[in-house]
Order: sequence, then structure tokens, then C-alpha cells
Amino acid sequence: MSDLLPDPILSVRDLRLGIGSSHRILHGVSFDILPGEAYGLVGESGSGKSVTGLAIMGLLKRPLTVTGGTIHFQGRDLLGMRPRERRQLRGDRIAMVFQEPMTALNPLVTIGRQIAEMFVIHRGMGWPEARRKAVEALESVRVPAPEERARAYPHQLSGGMRQRVMIAIALACRPDLLIADEPTTALDVTVQAGVLELMADLCRAEGTAVLLVSHDLGVIANMCQRVGVMDRGRLVEEQDTRNIFTNPLHPYTRGLLASRPRLGSREPGQRGRLTELEEVVAAKDRGRDMPTLITPRGPRLVEGAGA
Amino acid sequence: MVLRFNFTLGLVLVVLVVLGAILAGHVAPYDPIMDADLMSSEMPPSWEHWMGTDGQGRDVFSRVLYGARVSLTVGLISQLINSVIGTSLGVSAGYFGGWWDDFVNGLTNVMLAIPSLVFALAIMAVLGPGLPSLLIALGLTNWSWTCRIARSSTLSLKNQGFVQAAKTAGFGDLNIMRTQILPNILGPVLVIATLGIGGAVLSEAALSFLGVGIRPPQPSWGNMLSDARELIRTAPWAAIFPGLAIFATVLGFNLLGDGLRDMLDPHMRTRKA
Amino acid sequence: MMRFILRRTLQMIPTMLAVVLIIFVIFSVVPGSFITSLMSEGRNATNAQVLTHLNEQFGLDQPLLVRLWNYLWGLAHFDLGISYRTREPVWNVIEPRLWPSIKLALCAMGFAAVVGIPLGFLAALKPGSVFDSGTMVVAVSGLSLPEFWFGLLLMYVFALNLGWLPSFGYQPGSIRHIILPAIALGVSPMALLARTTRAGVLDVMNADFVRTARAKGLAEPRLVRSHVARNVLVLILTTMGLQIGALMGQAIVVEKLFSWPGIGSLLVDSVSVRDIPVVQGAVLVIVLWFLVINMLVDITYALIDPRIKVG
Repeated sequence: MSDLLPDPILSVRDLRLGIGSSHRILHGVSFDILPGEAYGLVGESGSGKSVTGLAIMGLLKRPLTVTGGTIHFQGRDLLGMRPRERRQLRGDRIAMVFQEPMTALNPLVTIGRQIAEMFVIHRGMGWPEARRKAVEALESVRVPAPEERARAYPHQLSGGMRQRVMIAIALACRPDLLIADEPTTALDVTVQAGVLELMADLCRAEGTAVLLVSHDLGVIANMCQRVGVMDRGRLVEEQDTRNIFTNPLHPYTRGLLASRPRLGSREPGQRGRLTELEEVVAAKDRGRDMPTLITPRGPRLVEGAGA
Repeated sequence: MVLRFNFTLGLVLVVLVVLGAILAGHVAPYDPIMDADLMSSEMPPSWEHWMGTDGQGRDVFSRVLYGARVSLTVGLISQLINSVIGTSLGVSAGYFGGWWDDFVNGLTNVMLAIPSLVFALAIMAVLGPGLPSLLIALGLTNWSWTCRIARSSTLSLKNQGFVQAAKTAGFGDLNIMRTQILPNILGPVLVIATLGIGGAVLSEAALSFLGVGIRPPQPSWGNMLSDARELIRTAPWAAIFPGLAIFATVLGFNLLGDGLRDMLDPHMRTRKA
Repeated sequence: MMRFILRRTLQMIPTMLAVVLIIFVIFSVVPGSFITSLMSEGRNATNAQVLTHLNEQFGLDQPLLVRLWNYLWGLAHFDLGISYRTREPVWNVIEPRLWPSIKLALCAMGFAAVVGIPLGFLAALKPGSVFDSGTMVVAVSGLSLPEFWFGLLLMYVFALNLGWLPSFGYQPGSIRHIILPAIALGVSPMALLARTTRAGVLDVMNADFVRTARAKGLAEPRLVRSHVARNVLVLILTTMGLQIGALMGQAIVVEKLFSWPGIGSLLVDSVSVRDIPVVQGAVLVIVLWFLVINMLVDITYALIDPRIKVG
């Protein structure tokens, strides 16, 4: 089956995460991302999609820890690495863009310097050269008047601009994998599309693989070839994006789709969400049929299911 | 767990001091003023005199116990006055707003600009030494922080709408302030008051040390230190123990206040732990 | 920026006026003054005459409002009045005391910063550790310590027993004399700085932009240097500034203990002999110091944090 496909750039196997030994957050998540592929991770708040991204980056905050499973990046075992090696990958080979552009940048340092820092640390450049590259980076993310903007401070930029700066920082060293955690959720609706398009264009051009984490299937649909659906710490369905809308297999996915606000309908989303999800939950309780990972190849039981 | 340890330690210290003050009359082996035996002055700690004797032959331990009465009285009552003044001014300023708010704000700024010891000193100069003057002086000095907190809490409560709701339901202003606002600010005010007791004890000690607070022969930890200054070479214990008592008392109230603050503000608790 | 400074300076004036008013009113209630205390032995016609004459000379026979107006008028011309005790202008009495007080405050703050800031920083970098708990215990103890008792103990150990340092007095330019008073005065600010620094660093370490910096692959030392330190600096400077402003008032007892010829000890002496004009002058100077330092802190804040709009 996977003989014709290249080796995955990211391979997550049975990832478990929790607080201490009692509280489980991830119950064994597995997925692969192929080089240059855009993979979406969708789910509601609390489904564990964000912490999956943080776990891959190695940015989990104390009490959260990985309690089991493996993460392989380009064949290397991330979890088994020495912290120093792992740190060297961060920013250079794997980069991340976060949700809140308002607080993600240091308010006391200029934009240009924050971008230039990437070149200084990872490419060993001197500051003058790094600053020049920073201006180029701003150009590439389509920020107007890049030289001026490089001298500006974060609070002088709008949310959309700041997110572009974040993208510039993340892609500065042309990483192989970009993890984007709800990159447009905190932005104005009017700028969301522009930022997403930018990200898609840049990653496509460089062949950067993307892990796009979002609660919004629409956002994911625009950019990703494949989608994984997460529910309460488990990956319950994984499909090509094209098919998931027309043929959602798992009841949870169906509920998720039904709860999207639709233009033109009164009371969009809310009522739909309640009834559909109620149905889903009721179905689960009745049949105890979760969690099964449903793929186009047919239902497959996830390891540790029923635990 | 460190926090609970702190709080417990503070509680223990405070209870010890309070007990010492209350039971001074029963526990003290000697009279703090009258039992002055010049023949046995400046004696080091012994079985007869647990903390030694001072320059006048008085038992230091007994004087320390009676000194606790002074310190606690000053601390508790002056803080009570502070809290009353601060809360009334702060809540009314936040509630009514307008020129009254401006006035209270200006007054608070002025009070914050004058160091409390300086202000208390000035008032003591006018009122003369003694316990009642101390209570008034310290009571009038440290209400600013309470006022600030009361005011800002009142403002935020006002903005939350249920003050408006109560008004529409026909409740009178005083009633609203009493039943809606006061219970909510009690926590922070209590924290400030507890920490303030420690500060008041320090201030009283400082003022008595300077000679404008409690006058000898009435024992106050502050004036005991002042007397002990000359004896420091020959009878250091006369200075060590009263100071230790001040330290332990203030530490107790500070730990208590810190503990209370951490308990009331769970956000802060997770950060400090 | 200049407009900012001007505005803040003007804002100080109402506060100063209010302080003058309050102090004036408080002391007009004083039943006696230095004048009357001079006349303590007996009363006869001659003494009463001298008393009246003195009262006239100092304008004490005038009604309160007139006296207040005269005082304010004098202030506008930088005239603080005449000392009851020495008959000199109050400013001449106060002026030589200024520099010793300022020096003491600065040295105490220096000690507090050198010990307190690193302590707080290191405690925050290892939260929950033994070092952290230990530091916080030291901090809360420092805040609870009566500085005159501590000064007395220091005096006992270092000056009287070990003879390393002098226990009183002031020599301009001498370091040995300022060490003990500065440490005694500096313990409390040191404790406060340690706590504030720790809280500030913890706050910053949890901030989003630090997470971004980690995501960029920064190593801890560089992270702390470029991102954490700068952002905590603002908080630290503010705390330090406020402390220096308050130190002149807090130094009263330490100055008296070490016979340090500063404004604090002048204040105490004048209060005990009821030399009202000097008391008023000293209080004004102390308050002015506090307000000016506050303004300097605000200016520094505006210079460091680009988010603050000035002017």
C-alpha cells in the first residue's frame, strides 16, 4: 500500500500524553505526513490537536508530558533525542506558528531584529547581514514597505501583519515541516484568507510540509490534501480532503460538518451542532462503537481502543 | 506545600504572640515595671530570668510579654481604623463617582506621597506620646492601599451589572454597598489588613524607639530597644530579645497575610508553586 | 518628551500644596512650640513680654489663614521660613543634611539591587526548588525585620565586637561609615526586590513571546538575555525607583541609630523640640524627593517601553 509513496517526513505512532499518570489527554494518536504534503488536524477545543503540535515541537509545558508512543522526523526519533539536538531542529527544520499574534512577539524588540535572530542563530550570520535578510523575508510575506516595518515594534502592526511576521520567522530557514496551530483563528475574517493563501503559496513553493491544526474544516479544506479528525484525544477518521465533505465516515465527523455555520441559514451552527452531536454521542453510548479509525480502506480499530 | 507551611508557621507565630499578650498577667514571673532590682541589673539569661535583666534590673522576659500587649493592641486597633477609613472612602468613591471620587483620589495620592513614618511622627508630635495618640496616628496613616483596592473593586463590581440590577429592583445605595459590594471586597481588604498589622507593629516599635511612642517605664518592644542601646556592650540580651519578639510577630502576620492572599487568588497560587 | 516632563512637573504642584496644607493644619493645632518651651521656667511679666515679642517676630500671633498665606508666599520664593531654634533660615538647616540622606538612600538601594535582583532571578529560573523556597523565606524575613534592631545587631557584631567598622558618624567620602547603615536600611528593599523580580521573571517566562522564542530554537542563555531580561527590567526599575523614593522617609530610624546627619534625624530632632518651621521644611523635602523620583521612574519607563506614548 505504501510502497509507491515516499517515506513520511513526520511519523507519529501511538502518541500518548497526559498529566501525571491519572489524567490522559492523548490516547494513542498515529498519523504520517509525507514530504511537501499539507495535512490538517481538525477537532473541537480540548480534542488534543494543539498539544499534538506542541509535543512534536517539544514545547510541552510542565505538568504535561509524553507518556508513550514515538515521533519520528525524517527518520530520527524526536522523543529519544538529547534536548540539545532537538533544540537545533527547532526553527531550523521544524517551525511553528501560533494562534495569538498579539502576544506572540516580544513587545520590546523590533520586528526586524526578531526575524534576523533566526539567521544569526541558525545560519551563523552577523547582525547586519541578518537584518538585510530579515527585510527580504518581510518582502516574501508580502508586507508593504518592508524596511520601515523592520524598524517598527510589534504593537505598531495589525494582527494580520503580525501573523505574516510570524510566518516570516517560521519560514526564514526554510524548514521541512511547518506546524500551524490555529493561525488565523484570532484574526479578522477579512484578513484570514490572505494569510492562509500566503502560507499555502510559500509552503508549496519551498516544498515545506505543513501540519495545519484548526477547528475549522473550511480552513483546512482550502489548504490540505489530507485531514485527520480528532475527538477527545483520539484520531477517529483520516481521509483525503475531497472525500471527507462528501462522504464523512465517522459519526463524529458528520456531527462536526453539520455544525459548521452555513451562510444563509438562520441560527447557523448552534442548533445544528447540538442536535447532531447529541445524535453522535447517543450513538456512541448505545453501540460503544468508538473509537474506530475509519479510513477509505475500511474501519480499523485503533490500538488501545476501549481502554 | 511550601505555601501551606508558610501559612501554618505564620499562624503559629501569631497565636503564640496573642497568647503571650493575653496571658502576660498570669505567665510573667515578675512585674514589668515595679520589680526593678538594681542589684541584679544587666544579668545574662538564667533560670531566674529567662531572658536576663535590663539596665534597671527588670526581668526582660516579663517585659517582653507585656510588650506584646502594646504591640498587638496598636497593631489590631490601628489596622481596624485603617480598614474602616479606607473601605468607606474607597467604596463610596467608586460607587458615587464624580467630584467625591476625584477628591478621594487626590487625597489618596497625597497620603501615598507622605511616607507613613513621617506622617505618624508629625501627628505624634502634635498629640504627644502614649497609647491613644499612637492609635490615632497610625490609624490615620495607612488607609491608602485599602482605599485603592476598595475603590477599584467597587468599580469593577459596578461594571458587572448587578449593582445596576439591584438599583433597578429598588434597593437603596447603602443597602447595595453593604450587601453586594462589601462581601466581595472583604477578602482583599482582609489580606491588606493582616499585612498591615505587621507594618503597624513595626511602626509602633520605631516610634517608641525614637521616644515619641510609648514612654518608659511602660514596656514596649521599641522603647526596650532604645534603652538597650546604651547597654549593648554589657547586656546585649536586653536588645536581642525585644527585637526578636518584633521580628517574630511581624513575620507571623506577614506569612499569614501572604498565605491568605495566595488562598484567595488561585491564579497566583499556581504561579508561585 | 519635554511636554511629558512639563506636564508631570505641573502635576506635582497640587500634591505639594495639599501636603503643605495638611502639615500646616496639623501643626497649627500644636498647643505649644519651641517658643513656649523656651519659657518653661516660671511665668512673670518679663517672660510674658519676651514671649509676646518672639511670637510677633515669628508671626505666630496672626490668624491661621494669614500665616498659611505667608508661608505659601514664602515657598513661592523658595523661602522656607526661619528655624525657631537657631534663628537661621530653614533652608540653611536642611541643606547640609540633603546629600548624606541621598547618599545613604542610594547606597542602601545599591546593596538591595546587587543582592536582591540576582536572588529573585535565580529563584524564578528554578521555581519550586529548595533554592526558590529558601530565597522566598529570606525575602519574607527581610520584610519583617525591624531595621533598627538589625542595625543594632550589626553594630554589635561588626563595630563593637569585631571593630571592623565604625558604629556612628559620617565622614564625607568614607566608605567604612556608610556600610552598616546602608545594609540596615537596604535589607527591606532587598527583600521586596527579590520577590518582585521573581514574580516578574515567572510572569515573563510564561508569556507567549517566550514560547515563540523557544520555538525559534533559542538556547536558554540567549533566551533569558535577549527576551526575558529586557522585559523584566521595566518592572525591576519601577520597583527600585519607588523604593528609593520611599527610602528617605524610611531612613529616619536608621539615621538616628547611626547618628547619620541626614534629613531623617533632623526631622526627629526638630519634632522633639517642636521647631515647627524645620519640621515643615523637612517633610516638604522628603515628599518632593518622592515625587521627583516617581517622575523619573515614569520617564525611564517611557524610554524603555516603546508602547508608551509620550507627550
